[in-house]
Amino acid sequence: MRILIVVAAVLVLGAGATAYALRTPEAVSVATEPGPVELSPGRLLFVDDVSGKLASVPLSSPGGPRRVSSLSCKRFYTAAQQGLCLADTTRPMPGSTAVFVDRELQEKRRVEVAGVPNRAKLSADGRMASWTTFVTGDSYSQPGTFSTRTGIFDTQTEEYASNIEGLRVEGRKMTNDMNYWGVTFTSDDRLFYATLGVGGKTYLIQADVVDKSAKALRENAECPSLSPDGKRVAFKKRVPGDGARPWREHVLDLSTMVETPLAETRGIDDQVVWLDNDTIAYGLPGEGIWAVPANGEGAPRQLVPHASSPSLVTG
Amino acid sequence: MYIATARQAPAAGGTGRIAANVLALGAVSLLTDISSEMVTAILPLYLVLGLGFSPLQFGVLDGIYTGVTALVRVVGGHAADRWQRRKLVAGLGYGISALGKLGLLAAGTSAGAMGLVLAGDRTGKGLRTAPRDALITLSSEPSALGRAFGVHRAMDTVGAFLGPLVAFCLLWTLPARYDVVFVVSFCFAAIGFLVLVLFVRDHRDVLPRVAVSLRSAFGLLRDPRFRRVCVVACGLGLLTLGDGFVYLLLQKKLDVEVAYIALLPLGTAGVYLLAAVPIGALADRVGRWRIFLAGHLALFGAYLMFVGVSGVFLLVGVLLLHGLFYACTDGVLMAVAGPMVPEELRTSGLALLQTGQVLARACSSVLFGALWTWLA
Repeated sequence: MRILIVVAAVLVLGAGATAYALRTPEAVSVATEPGPVELSPGRLLFVDDVSGKLASVPLSSPGGPRRVSSLSCKRFYTAAQQGLCLADTTRPMPGSTAVFVDRELQEKRRVEVAGVPNRAKLSADGRMASWTTFVTGDSYSQPGTFSTRTGIFDTQTEEYASNIEGLRVEGRKMTNDMNYWGVTFTSDDRLFYATLGVGGKTYLIQADVVDKSAKALRENAECPSLSPDGKRVAFKKRVPGDGARPWREHVLDLSTMVETPLAETRGIDDQVVWLDNDTIAYGLPGEGIWAVPANGEGAPRQLVPHASSPSLVTG
Repeated sequence: MYIATARQAPAAGGTGRIAANVLALGAVSLLTDISSEMVTAILPLYLVLGLGFSPLQFGVLDGIYTGVTALVRVVGGHAADRWQRRKLVAGLGYGISALGKLGLLAAGTSAGAMGLVLAGDRTGKGLRTAPRDALITLSSEPSALGRAFGVHRAMDTVGAFLGPLVAFCLLWTLPARYDVVFVVSFCFAAIGFLVLVLFVRDHRDVLPRVAVSLRSAFGLLRDPRFRRVCVVACGLGLLTLGDGFVYLLLQKKLDVEVAYIALLPLGTAGVYLLAAVPIGALADRVGRWRIFLAGHLALFGAYLMFVGVSGVFLLVGVLLLHGLFYACTDGVLMAVAGPMVPEELRTSGLALLQTGQVLARACSSVLFGALWTWLA
């Protein structure tokens, strides 16, 4: 009798779980149009949330029908008509692949990376590529937590640093719990900004990729993104509050070191992109891609629904 | 032997057989461990990829729980003894953890709610361990207690083995459907709970109803033998590196990709799984305390290997010794301590010992963590 009850429970729960798993997810419909996805000027590239593929719309009409490619990416970034796609290749060990593509999205090279995809960026001329992944189980006392790994790839010299943990940070002892993420290069392809996380705090650092030195510019700043004119850095700053994303995006003027909170009050967990010197764009999970003025004024507006990881083809 | 029981242990059919109650508890643990290890394996991925938590944000939530579970363990053990209802308290623990799996779905993106659900899960684990182990001691022939614990721990470890496998297979076939993993995890936990309710029998009928107070629980420490066991177990706990630390050292020494750290615990679990029953039986013959101490020798042997050995020998040697350490100590310690404690205080006694051990290991983890950060 008791056995029968257990068997019945197994059957009922099994059927319930199967039904739950097979339940069709809410149908999300987005308008698409035929045509190739190419890295041509004026196109806003992004990851289509419905298909997980790289897609594009004209920036002049971002809410219109999108073109969807066959390239699967978690993050995508384009600069100088080059593309960097960071794809999730967790099968089943967490892993990523950084795929370099040309204007027609043809693969030029690929680099296998440990950990799950998080950030990907190219320098303005497309030479320096960087990415960040999360690796689990790399912590001595807290199994199950993540640490970050950030790689930098020089497409000209093919020099590759799979994890930039060896930076000498001015005035700091090198310790094991230093994590770097969210790299953004300056136009000389040598200096870059990034986040340093250590001892529960984050710092905006400016670093030199050649002599591997760095200095911290200020505390509480993550995922920097340099403006096209190189004068300002947008970053997310941790603010008090519950929820998964307790951040407010700020823009720091590098000459005056004055920072301005932006008009977007929802927590941005993204390395934002600059559409021009006055506007940034970013993804919000479940809410698509948005844009907001970089001077703290105005209001956020939606660009593309059901989308993430925006970047704009300029030039 | 360390027998303080005046009564014959019921229901154990001779030395050769494992009591039905122990097998039932083993099945409950197996199912519950599949459930909890499924979640443990994918939780970081879910938090960061599914919900967009910052990876470093979550570490903060983690640290405070050890203290909470320590308190819950002692209070739960006391409640189980006071009303002589071990099955009820254990069931409460299993039930809370099962419901927690659904709570994960409901918590959404709120860090506070997520923290609460995870705290609930730890509370459940803290509640159930001591009454479960007390039931094992009360259901088994005292002379075969080591083997009984061996069987239980082996079944438990099978669950720990299968959990991540089930979770990753689900995620493989249904990409990014973390919710399905939680639902399936709930199903395993619910069946485990049902097996507990239907097949596990408490022993409240055979025990005298005596006044049990928190004072009498701590009064157990006046017994020199039990006190010695507690002191030595906690002292050794202070010298025990956390598992994560051992695997991190292995990864650094062998210079393998960090991602493969996740596979190393399977090596330890495999050895533990295979060795638990024979070592439990051996402990019954040659002395459980001796085996418990020998287990720590194995552990220190593993530490020594980091100094002297390298390559594949290091990998195999460390995982083998680490697995043997678990087989010699985890269940065996309960088999040592159980018979020293009067039956009506059995759960409190085991809870006290487990709490001390957990706190000692947490201290050691913090200490070694600080050392690691400063020296490296």
